[in-house]
Amino acid sequence: MNSVLYDVPGPRARQRNVVYTILFLVALGLVAYWVLSAMADKNQLAAEKWSPFVTDSQVWTTYLLPGLAETLKAAALSILIALPLGAALGIGRLSDHRWVRVPVGAVVEFFRAIPVLLLMMFASAVYAQFTPVSSDFRPLYAVVTGLVLYNASVIAEVVRAGVLSLPRGQGDAAVALGMRKGQTMLYVLLPQAVTVMLPALVSQLVVIVKDTALGGALLGFGELLSQNRQITANYGANTIAAFTVIALVYIVLNALLTHLAARLERRLRQGRRAAAVKDVAPVTNVEMGGANAGGV
Amino acid sequence: MFDFLDSGQYDLLGAFWVTAQLALYSAIGSLVWGTALVAMRVSPVPLMRGFGTAYVNLVRNTPLTVVVVACSFGLNQTLQVTLGGDDFKEIGFRLAVLGLTAYTGTFVCEALRSGINTVPAGQAEAARALGMSFTQVLTLVVLPQAFRAAITPLANVLIALTKNTTVAAAIGATEAALLMKEMIENEAQALFTVFGIFAFGFIVLTLPTGLVLGWAAKRLAVKR
Repeated sequence: MNSVLYDVPGPRARQRNVVYTILFLVALGLVAYWVLSAMADKNQLAAEKWSPFVTDSQVWTTYLLPGLAETLKAAALSILIALPLGAALGIGRLSDHRWVRVPVGAVVEFFRAIPVLLLMMFASAVYAQFTPVSSDFRPLYAVVTGLVLYNASVIAEVVRAGVLSLPRGQGDAAVALGMRKGQTMLYVLLPQAVTVMLPALVSQLVVIVKDTALGGALLGFGELLSQNRQITANYGANTIAAFTVIALVYIVLNALLTHLAARLERRLRQGRRAAAVKDVAPVTNVEMGGANAGGV
Repeated sequence: MFDFLDSGQYDLLGAFWVTAQLALYSAIGSLVWGTALVAMRVSPVPLMRGFGTAYVNLVRNTPLTVVVVACSFGLNQTLQVTLGGDDFKEIGFRLAVLGLTAYTGTFVCEALRSGINTVPAGQAEAARALGMSFTQVLTLVVLPQAFRAAITPLANVLIALTKNTTVAAAIGATEAALLMKEMIENEAQALFTVFGIFAFGFIVLTLPTGLVLGWAAKRLAVKR
């Protein structure tokens, strides 16, 4: 698309681009200068604020890695519970019976319209009041519950879109073979839909990983973000350094997941082409419309 | 069942008003910032393209909570940035708008980029054939069509933004989620009522947005 918007630059355009580049560099430089001088002013640039992350392995083994482990644990539990639940809800929404379709649809729309944070806080209060879950584990339970409720309803929409994107002939052929509705769904539609929606599911994992940080900020869940307090308390108020490192860990983790999703999508496209099924395109988050709301 | 609301102890409408304000200011800010980012990402200047791509990929992969909390701990408490706010609440609100704008701008950028991709190449080629410059091609021909095609993804971003304003509770902006936290602690016996009220409030905020913008998307779609 880029090349369509402008002509191949001639001598004057190239000169103009150089001018723009210099102006943009100056603007960036000013911002960088302001940030760095503000940091230097508050003594945030000092080497001892940053060096622990490179020289002292204890920062990693005591704080960052255990925090990352908690983040991954919550994310993994959430996706593992949300997947079957979401699949069930998605299939329920496709049901032929109105008394199944309508209530399931209402549940899915309800949990999609509510912020995850509210679900987490509500779950935390419910666990505190009605269950004997000890207060050590309550934040993890609350975070996973909130994430499962929200993401199951998002996954339900992904599953529904995945099944609906299959050619009609697939279901018709299964019926012609004498399969029951359940068999059609289980043996014919769902296996194909899963491969179509795999990239969208991996993208959803990025959302889950990002949302675990909510528990750290507001529910006292000991995940990666919440480690900044201990680090800044023990390594001399190196707030900026701690946040930079924590953000970088998240960025690397999520970039890996995004990369995986893109690779899966490419492979699926190629596989599809080889199988000559042309009208099945992988369901990406962008095409999903509604489900994309969860991606933000 | 609702008697604890009559005590005057909780400013429910006030809290949702703050939520709505957060969403509105951040929406305007992220629309402007996202448009600037997408202009950079498709521009002929390689440095701007690189900056736009790097910014989007870095910020999009950072949790919003990290962005907002870093605004408070890093910008405000460490670097003493107040954005002109006077008290704790005011500063929290302004920092939350800043964080939400910085984060949501990347999603606006991606939505607009997908919108630009729906504009047929012939449109831009015709504009160039008329001798238009890059800025003219973008602002007069491509972006107006891209915005109309991007209404649906932008509506989803706006709905997500409305829900994301709850993250501002982490830095003390007095919006709905913070009030809910307080009410859950004080009115434990009415837990389900409290949750129901706040859930209803957010449905009221997000549902019309989806419906109105869905209607607008159909209405304004570029007929091809």
